[in-house]
Amino acid sequence: MASQIECEEAVAKLLEFLDGELDEGDRSHMERHLETCRGCFSRAEFEGRLRALVAETGTAPAPESLRLRVRGLMERF
Amino acid sequence: MPQPRGRDAARRLARRDSGGAAGGRPTGGRTGDERRRVFQAEVERLMDRLYGTAIRLTRNGADAEDLVAEALTRAWSRLDGLEDLQAFEKWIFRILTNTFVSSRRGPRETPASELEGEEEADGSSLFDRLHEPFLLWWGNPEQRLLDRLLCEDVTRALDGLPDPFRLAVVLVDVEGFSYAEASETLSVPVGTVRSRLSRGRRLFQDAIWHRAEELGLTPQGPQGQE
Repeated sequence: MASQIECEEAVAKLLEFLDGELDEGDRSHMERHLETCRGCFSRAEFEGRLRALVAETGTAPAPESLRLRVRGLMERF
Repeated sequence: MPQPRGRDAARRLARRDSGGAAGGRPTGGRTGDERRRVFQAEVERLMDRLYGTAIRLTRNGADAEDLVAEALTRAWSRLDGLEDLQAFEKWIFRILTNTFVSSRRGPRETPASELEGEEEADGSSLFDRLHEPFLLWWGNPEQRLLDRLLCEDVTRALDGLPDPFRLAVVLVDVEGFSYAEASETLSVPVGTVRSRLSRGRRLFQDAIWHRAEELGLTPQGPQGQE
């Protein structure tokens, strides 16, 4: 079972890990920890899925009015 | 295992999407007609994401349409500066974001420093709050929450964030910017991006927690009072 200290470190670095902002050493340390710690793995899964929901809000069907406007712009370019 | 987002994800996305019209070929040597066709094809391919991101930035459809149109006009005028069309996607989203950010500089902008001490978030993460012992009676509380959250719940929570925090979250979590890229775009140090992101995410999770209460997924919600 993972030690408490390892879990505290993992929780502190989790968001940067998910952001791809950890250096190589910290990232592999985190990956090893997540392979062995169910609690941190569940936390990472949850944060990752919540993050995916946020990312999905960056896609929305463009209205026809915008498509027409862009086509008009392209013709003038 | 959960996969990190950000630059790595953007690279994977770029590789996945490299079958688009750009095909990763450099712009140099193309004729004007070829450049126009490539530009049009890429814009068409990315249109829903450009518009969706513009809505997250502006928070309303009409302003989002104006933003996309202005960003595309800027992008076209700068297309000669884009050496590698494989970078088109990253490049066009940076222009979209920079166009928005530059339009907001001035009196309308609320400096993050004015928000210090306001909009304090609860110290606990959403995961920790969902894992209070009494909620574990219900099995897997985070799964229940994620299953019941709707896109509009997420957008409402995001749109309700104070601007400096919202922008940091949108740039990193929606657009996949690295901290360094967000820092450059927002003209603030990387440490400031990090702290705005942290606070923005915590406020976002607070809003989602309140939504969980409305949905009856906490002891204070309707189900919890039964």
